[in-house]
Amino acid sequence: MTGWAPFARRRALRFLTSLWVLVTAAFLMIHLIPGDPVRESLGLAAPPDLVAARRAALGLEDPLPVQYWHYLTGLFRGEFGTSLISGTPVASLIGDRLPATVQLAVLAFLVVVAVAVPVGVVMAVLTKGGRRRGGELAFTSTSVVLAAIPEFLLAVGLVGLFAVQLGLFPVAGNDAAGSWVLPVLALAIGPAAVLARIVRVELLSVLGNDYVRTARAKRLPARLVYVRHALPNAVTATLTLGGMMLAALVAGTVLVENVFAWPGLGSTIVGSIQQKDYPAVQGIVLVYGAGVLLVNLVVDVVLALLDPRSTIREA
Amino acid sequence: MRRLTVLRSPVGAASAVLLTILLALAIFAPLLWGDRAAAINTDALQQGPSADHLLGTDQLGRDIFFRVLVATRLTIGLALLATVIGVATGLVLGSVPSVLPRWAARIVTSAVNIAVAFPGLLLALFFAVIFGTGTIGAALAIAFAITPSFARLTQTLTASVSGRDFIAAARVCGVGRFRLLTRHVLPNIAEPLVINATLAAGSALTAFAGLSFLGIGVQAPSYDWGRLLGEGLNRIYISPAPALGPAVAVVLAGLAFNLFGEAAAAGHRQRSHRAATLAPKTTSAPADAGLLTVRNLHVSFPGGITPVRGVSFTVHKGEMIGVVGESGSGKSLTALAVSRLVEHPGTVTADTLEFNGKPLDRTPDRELGTRLAMVFQDPTTSFNPTKRIGRQIAEVSEVHQGLGRGAAARKAVDRLDAVRIPEPERRAKQYPHEFSGGMRQRAMIAMGLMGEPQLVIADEPTTALDVTVQREVLKLLARIRQDRSAAVLLISHDITVVAQTCDRVLVMYAGRIVEELPTDELFTAARHPYTTALLKAVPDLDTDRDAPLAVIPGRPPEPGEIGRGCPFAPRCPLADDQCRTEEPELTTHRQDHRVACWKSETELAGVR
Repeated sequence: MTGWAPFARRRALRFLTSLWVLVTAAFLMIHLIPGDPVRESLGLAAPPDLVAARRAALGLEDPLPVQYWHYLTGLFRGEFGTSLISGTPVASLIGDRLPATVQLAVLAFLVVVAVAVPVGVVMAVLTKGGRRRGGELAFTSTSVVLAAIPEFLLAVGLVGLFAVQLGLFPVAGNDAAGSWVLPVLALAIGPAAVLARIVRVELLSVLGNDYVRTARAKRLPARLVYVRHALPNAVTATLTLGGMMLAALVAGTVLVENVFAWPGLGSTIVGSIQQKDYPAVQGIVLVYGAGVLLVNLVVDVVLALLDPRSTIREA
Repeated sequence: MRRLTVLRSPVGAASAVLLTILLALAIFAPLLWGDRAAAINTDALQQGPSADHLLGTDQLGRDIFFRVLVATRLTIGLALLATVIGVATGLVLGSVPSVLPRWAARIVTSAVNIAVAFPGLLLALFFAVIFGTGTIGAALAIAFAITPSFARLTQTLTASVSGRDFIAAARVCGVGRFRLLTRHVLPNIAEPLVINATLAAGSALTAFAGLSFLGIGVQAPSYDWGRLLGEGLNRIYISPAPALGPAVAVVLAGLAFNLFGEAAAAGHRQRSHRAATLAPKTTSAPADAGLLTVRNLHVSFPGGITPVRGVSFTVHKGEMIGVVGESGSGKSLTALAVSRLVEHPGTVTADTLEFNGKPLDRTPDRELGTRLAMVFQDPTTSFNPTKRIGRQIAEVSEVHQGLGRGAAARKAVDRLDAVRIPEPERRAKQYPHEFSGGMRQRAMIAMGLMGEPQLVIADEPTTALDVTVQREVLKLLARIRQDRSAAVLLISHDITVVAQTCDRVLVMYAGRIVEELPTDELFTAARHPYTTALLKAVPDLDTDRDAPLAVIPGRPPEPGEIGRGCPFAPRCPLADDQCRTEEPELTTHRQDHRVACWKSETELAGVR
């Protein structure tokens, strides 16, 4: 495994750099807000001594580098600051809300993969070499339309149809098992349509490769040609794009949670933005951003395991 | 006129109509229905859909349908504003590295690379916090959320154009970096940028709706579709129409932008296909039993393109036959056809196509997989890059010979050793990219040796290799033939390679065999003007080095261009009216020697 050590070093370095940029951006966010964030959050009528006390409590009176240092060391101790509204530590707020979001995103992602990969493979096999043009057109246009509908609108449509009209599932909340169905569908349908299309296109282009001809020249059964020789190579490109989609799916939870009043981070961050609870926003942005970076890291490592060339590709 | 090709596809035309309607609504709706949308009616609060109010009324009794129409202006306007700002910033960030000093360029590029990893919505939320909730804040937030991906796109496109010859030429001429960017690079990437900007407008529109829906975009009393949607959602249990109306509007508008962009992109990629028709001709030749018998083989593709037109030949046991011809002569397709590897939409027809006395299409895969070995032109691409060499070779025995994984792996190592790959055990565990080109080709041959090959079809096996390695591979093929008495069908564009190694030569031109003769007669008795021209183009020790090298003028016809007459006539010094109007058939000239030419021996002697 020639490329592994340098690959690991390079990838770890990139992860840490991105994380540092993210932390710094989250730190600077409060300082980039025009005016005084404390006054913004307490309102114009707040008494000046209260504002001053809050500013001191938040450490805003310290020089910027000192604040930065405190922020960084705080993060290492797992401290995300204190909410301006509720006065509770942001870390415990995140701890309460994160699991619901993670469960939703992971479940939606599993649904995406479980649906999109088989559909894409079957469509590729059926439409190979320009066969079944009608089927190809129907598949492509359906997936384009589904992918173009933003998840929160899909969510609204699903609620309107299945919860209000048919009464099959609850409109909001996450109490019963049935309450998972609509949020997961709202998150999964768009990415699944995109991924199925990508899988089909990638598999078709892989099927045009010389080594697939070699596999056919070995007279392998068609099943082996597709599953053993073509699919792993299509996975490489699929996963690269799939990783970006998973990251987008993490962000998509923000909107979907708000439609379904899902008690996760997404509904919390919107409320915090509206209430100008900046420490809470800062912490949650950091968690979302780190989640995205982590997803990208995992995708790259999986890619390297699947395709040994990718460890040297970007050298 | 190129822009208008978008409108020719049904999707493009439909989305263009939709976009036009949207723009018209954005311009005229507030003028026409602004009053009705703002009219407060305390007698009709929060009503459901009715004939008077198609989508019902809101909490102040205002008509939601007209509010949706009027909101078109703000929604579309904000989406376009955000797109313009985002695209412009992205364009600057993406193209500026090419004029900056190297260190600064690196910083910009890595900043873009980090930012692009974050989903747009997350960036939008981040910027929404900084710019504050509200219309302008949200517009800037969405603009900056578009920026990184657009900067990345510009970078990629710029890099791809920068490698082209005309940029290199301009650089050599001393064109400055800024001028190079604005005059040469940007115009050449304008089209994909415009297409992607259209797509970006679609996502800006839906993203804006999302922010407004969350309550951090457009604030009351202004309203866009996102706000109307949010207000409608609060009472979706009572009446779904007030929420679904704006939702449908957002979806339609988003689709219009996206589909228009996609249609434009498809038009950008489209290549025209040529079509031609031609009637296949039958060639009859005496049928005699051989290992591989091919009679009147045709390979055709949709559109009447027939690159192989009536090829007949026989390969006997243990024989080594060469097939020569320029690229496009149909020799590789012939090889694929006789090994049953032509894929849809190509179709193969033949009067006889037999391997070992059995019709090829009824020969079981097990038999073909073990008795017919293939060696392809490019060993680099012919191995699966994600699988170890040993596994790929062993597969044959696992599937066709019922060997277990371990036994098959040991056999693969043994065969790698047989093709003289040093340290075969270690090598078997390596991936294709760790092999050199020559070794890969030998491994490919080893793969064929897993069975008991009776016929090895080698399609340009040495073309991708350098000269010294070429000789080893040819020697290996010759040895397999000797040791295992396997027949070899060697396809090559190099007539000297064929002359050195083969017993018989088939010369192909424009999808047909034009001459077939024993190799030892090649230099003395070749008759067809094409064969003699090929031979003349090969320099040897007697070639006058002061005279220019002989070349065959012109180029072979494309499969779609073949008309009446001898396809070689346009390039043939002897061609006359008969050659130009009637295609000669392959006829037996002497024993073992067939030729397709109208000219007599004496006429041909003149050009030899």
